[in-house]
Amino acid sequence: MGDFDFGVIIQSLPFLWEGLQLSLLLTFLAIIGGLVLGTLLALARLSGIVPLALFAAGYVNLIRAVPLILVIFWFYFLVPLALGRPIGGFYSALIAFVMFEAAYYSEIMRAGIQSVARGQVHAGKATGLGYWQIQRFIVLPQAFRNMIPILVTQGIILFQDTSLVFVVSLRDLMTASSIVARTEGRLVEMYLFAALVYFVICFSGSLFVRRLQTRMAT
Amino acid sequence: MIEMENVSKWYGDFRVLTDCTTKVAKGEVVVVCGPSGSGKSTLIKCVNGLEPVQQGRITVDGADVTAKGAKLTNLRSKIGMVFQHFELYPHMSVRDNLCLAQEKVLGRSRAEAEARTETLLTRVGMIDHISKYPGQLSGGQQQRVAIARALAMDPIAMLFDEPTSALDPEMIKEVLDVMVQLAREDGMTMMVVTHEMGFARKVADRVVFMDEGAIVEDRPTQDFYDDPSSERAKDFLSKILNH
Repeated sequence: MGDFDFGVIIQSLPFLWEGLQLSLLLTFLAIIGGLVLGTLLALARLSGIVPLALFAAGYVNLIRAVPLILVIFWFYFLVPLALGRPIGGFYSALIAFVMFEAAYYSEIMRAGIQSVARGQVHAGKATGLGYWQIQRFIVLPQAFRNMIPILVTQGIILFQDTSLVFVVSLRDLMTASSIVARTEGRLVEMYLFAALVYFVICFSGSLFVRRLQTRMAT
Repeated sequence: MIEMENVSKWYGDFRVLTDCTTKVAKGEVVVVCGPSGSGKSTLIKCVNGLEPVQQGRITVDGADVTAKGAKLTNLRSKIGMVFQHFELYPHMSVRDNLCLAQEKVLGRSRAEAEARTETLLTRVGMIDHISKYPGQLSGGQQQRVAIARALAMDPIAMLFDEPTSALDPEMIKEVLDVMVQLAREDGMTMMVVTHEMGFARKVADRVVFMDEGAIVEDRPTQDFYDDPSSERAKDFLSKILNH
């Protein structure tokens, strides 16, 4: 054990903190974007309007059939082609995460919307509320509430997945740890530390989910 | 006020309503009864277009519910509906349950909506519970709030779909009392799916008896109970009277 130098962690903390901030920012923005887009996809899929439903189903099935790392690559290379100018690693990664997570969130929200009893929709209709008003004020708040534990779980997975952004040269927590590990020759210490940080954040998230579930069950 | 002419409805190949014709005049109370699965709930849900019909015509206050492109949202805001399982919005307080459609559909200001809400909750004896959530109320209390929610839209007619059948026996009376008051004091036009004979005898002008998706009898209340003309109605009445 004498060969280990955990001091290297202390020295590189500011650098690692920058990495962690990027991971958290990417996770946060991708959750928001993915949730909004995913909810729209779920509504489209349940709308009963055939072309819309088919488009949404096609999108969800396509995205869920490809690895995330491929989607990140796609947007890194395709978005500049479409826009005619590069948008940088961060934005292309963010778009990729939003588009990717939207497919998963849409399936969660679809189940959530279907979990709201049909009687609730009838009650809204019976008072003269329109389709969007019923979704906005009655169905989605309940769907969202019912699905919070699964949405948080998906957020935890997303946080772990942000470690893939090294492929577009972004410096997240994992990449920052790797850089320090290699330059300082402290692979074991740095990878242990990175694992610990991921564990603490993800496990706290899991505990939070468990608490929510027990609270919702009562 | 409500007129149904030869209304038929299918779920796929299965016919749930067969040539139903009846009407409810302004200020009239009509009770719809019949064995379970006879189509009475479906019939009442056709009145405000919650269930579409494939054949026949339904008009409410002269407006055709069954016409293609009918402005259903507008029409529904004028017809109150009360459901078997209350269907209060669980994520909203009693106050917000009543205010939502008043604000979003009728365009009332928050102050106007709250004033109307308070008046109606006082009337159904629920004003003390205005800030509670539906989950904190008993079934009977929830149903009284649901009635107030429907009344908050100042409807021209009220539809009740088995309003007491999900309630414990001791709570049925508090809901029926509100309905009786509505019929007697307000002269509200009401169509009520129920088996509550006491309620029917007290306030119903007519009873519509349904079986297997068809209207078998449509007669003044007293006549129906004293002397049902069809075997099926006799059989049904003997079952609900002698249990």
